[in-house]
Amino acid sequence: MVTPAHFIGLAVILFVIGAVGVLVRRNAIVVFMCVELMLNACNLAFLAFARMHGGLDGQVIAFFVMVVAAAEVVVGLAILTAIFRARRSASVDDANLMKY
Amino acid sequence: MTGSVAAQHAAAQHVGAQQFAAQHAVGLTSLHATGLQNAAWLLLAFPLIGAAVLLLGGKRTNSWGHLLGVAMPVLAFLYGAAAFGQMLSYPASQRARVLTIFQWIDVARFRVPLSLLLDPLSICFVLLITGVGSLIHIFAVGYMSHDPERRRFFGYMNLFLAAMLLLVLSDNYLGLYAGWEGVGLASYLLIGFWQYKPAAAVAAKKAFIANRVGDVGLSLAVMLMFFQFGSVTFGGVFGAVHSASHGVVTALGLLLLLGACGKSAQVPLQSWLLDAMEGPTPVSALIHAATMVTAGVYLIVRSSPIFNLSADARLAVAIVGAVTLLFGAIIGCAKDDIKKALAGSTMSQIGYMMLAAGLGPAGYVFAIAHLLAHGFFKAGLFLGAGSVKHEMNDEVDMRRFGRLANVMPITFVTFGLGYLAIIGIPPLSGFFTKDPIIDAAFEKGGTSGALLGTAALIGAGITAFYMTRVMLMTFTGEKRWDDSVHPHEVPPVMWSPMIVLAIGSVAAGGFLILGNRLLNFLGPVTGVPPTQHGIWTKAGGAALVLVVIGMAIAWALYGRREVPVTAPAGSPVTVAARKDLYGDSVNEGLLMRPGQWLTRLSVFFDNRGIDGLVNTVAATFGGGSGRLRKLQTGFVRSYALSMLVGAVLLVGALLLVRL
Repeated sequence: MVTPAHFIGLAVILFVIGAVGVLVRRNAIVVFMCVELMLNACNLAFLAFARMHGGLDGQVIAFFVMVVAAAEVVVGLAILTAIFRARRSASVDDANLMKY
Repeated sequence: MTGSVAAQHAAAQHVGAQQFAAQHAVGLTSLHATGLQNAAWLLLAFPLIGAAVLLLGGKRTNSWGHLLGVAMPVLAFLYGAAAFGQMLSYPASQRARVLTIFQWIDVARFRVPLSLLLDPLSICFVLLITGVGSLIHIFAVGYMSHDPERRRFFGYMNLFLAAMLLLVLSDNYLGLYAGWEGVGLASYLLIGFWQYKPAAAVAAKKAFIANRVGDVGLSLAVMLMFFQFGSVTFGGVFGAVHSASHGVVTALGLLLLLGACGKSAQVPLQSWLLDAMEGPTPVSALIHAATMVTAGVYLIVRSSPIFNLSADARLAVAIVGAVTLLFGAIIGCAKDDIKKALAGSTMSQIGYMMLAAGLGPAGYVFAIAHLLAHGFFKAGLFLGAGSVKHEMNDEVDMRRFGRLANVMPITFVTFGLGYLAIIGIPPLSGFFTKDPIIDAAFEKGGTSGALLGTAALIGAGITAFYMTRVMLMTFTGEKRWDDSVHPHEVPPVMWSPMIVLAIGSVAAGGFLILGNRLLNFLGPVTGVPPTQHGIWTKAGGAALVLVVIGMAIAWALYGRREVPVTAPAGSPVTVAARKDLYGDSVNEGLLMRPGQWLTRLSVFFDNRGIDGLVNTVAATFGGGSGRLRKLQTGFVRSYALSMLVGAVLLVGALLLVRL
């Protein structure tokens, strides 16, 4: 029997994988993918709770999250392309000019 | 004494003072000016136009500037004489006439018109200022003929006269104050006329600052008047002053006295007068005879309704006068600089006038009489000193003069007549005007009267001593000047004013006093003395004896013996007198040094305290943000970590609160 706790557990595992990926990986594409992973972990949690409470709120919010994520990817990838063109590198550590 | 008894005593004194005032202050109700006097604004306009043209016209007016500068005071004098004639045609009770030029200030209750008051007191001053002033202007044409800046000089001189005329003509204290400040400005410009000489520049500043101290007193007095009476016009103030408390009246009197001390160079604000000799000699003559130092006496006499109500304020005036007359006389004895000896004498003579003014209605008229006579002989003496200086290549040390009587006979005679007038030899001016002051001081009665009278008597003796000394050292004895100096008699443009002034020195006193001319003329404004003074009084006789003794001592010291060219060491008193009786040292010790310490303390507190606090706060924030800035590494992943940590903390906190 699959209970909401399983879904939540999976969501937590996916979120942690995403968060750790954001923190440790240098490649911007991978960082992006990890961010998507975290967003989808959240979506999973929303859906699980929506199912559990029998309401539609969580499902609606999941749609919103997907729309925002899509928009974010569009802008993010454009920036990434621009940086890669300028520096021949997709490492987030190389783009560190904006500092003290 | 218990409090209530003290209060009763004060109240009784106040009532007594009011009765005193009611008896003596006659006062004139002023009418509107008519006819010729309607043009009294011309008195101000003439010298003002002169000053404006000469100062704004620049070098274009160089060739004829001095002629305009002389013409303006002469025109003002002619108009003043005509206005005086018209005044004489009125009955005595209708001689005060007011001409309102325009409403100067009109703010709620504070209304001040710019209006001129022509009354017997102000017309005396108008005639003195413009008459003696014109003569000094004429003299200056010759005296300043070699100065490239003569035009500017005449511009300032005209400005001086305009300010002084505003001072004596204004019918309210605010206008008087404006003139008062104008006189201060003009004296600053003229004393520092040769401003390339450091001594002249410093003397000008000193005169200005010492005058400012007095001006504070006058301005506070004006403010107090407005606060108490809601008016600053003479009519408004004098009408309301009877109902004011004794304390207010005394405070007013003392503040006015402080103002008078500054302008008239009375102790303790006397120090500027001797240094003011750095200015050109016509300026000294103008300051000492016709304008400036007479303003203080005018202020006291004009404010007689205030002083009549407060015996304490009157006594303060008399004491200041008595102290100054001795102070100036002692300084005059030791100075080798002819102009400074005369300056000491001015202090002393103005002291006589203040003493007389401090005696109340018993002395007001004599103060003015002595002031007018003094205007003649002191102007004559200064112009004579200027002639000597002019011919001796600007040498002023009397030890380097001698035997000038043969070389400059006209100067000698005119100076000599001024000398005989100032020491009070009958029948010259000083005899008629000084002796009533001494007599009136004794008549005041009590210990104060005896002390004041004695001071005035001794002053007369010292005056005779130092003036004889000046005469002997300058005009008699062996010649002590260098062979490179070739003194001659001065040109007519310089000696003719001196002759006119010498005639005034001889005749003015007798003319004013004999037949009570001035008394009857001024009486309606200042009140008349309770007792009549004869021409020959006991005090006058004693003064004459002292004068002869003073002359004899001076003869023994400077006439019989040869005068050494270098000054001998002298007694401690002489040394003190040479240093102006340590007036500058007192100012330095009491005011300048503590002032310097105060500024140093303030600067220290400002640097360390206020700046320190502000700087510490700024440095703390600056340093702190500098360290905080290091968090901004530019590494996206460290930002992400801080976001994560923040989110975890937030969630943790929410959970914690929930529990």
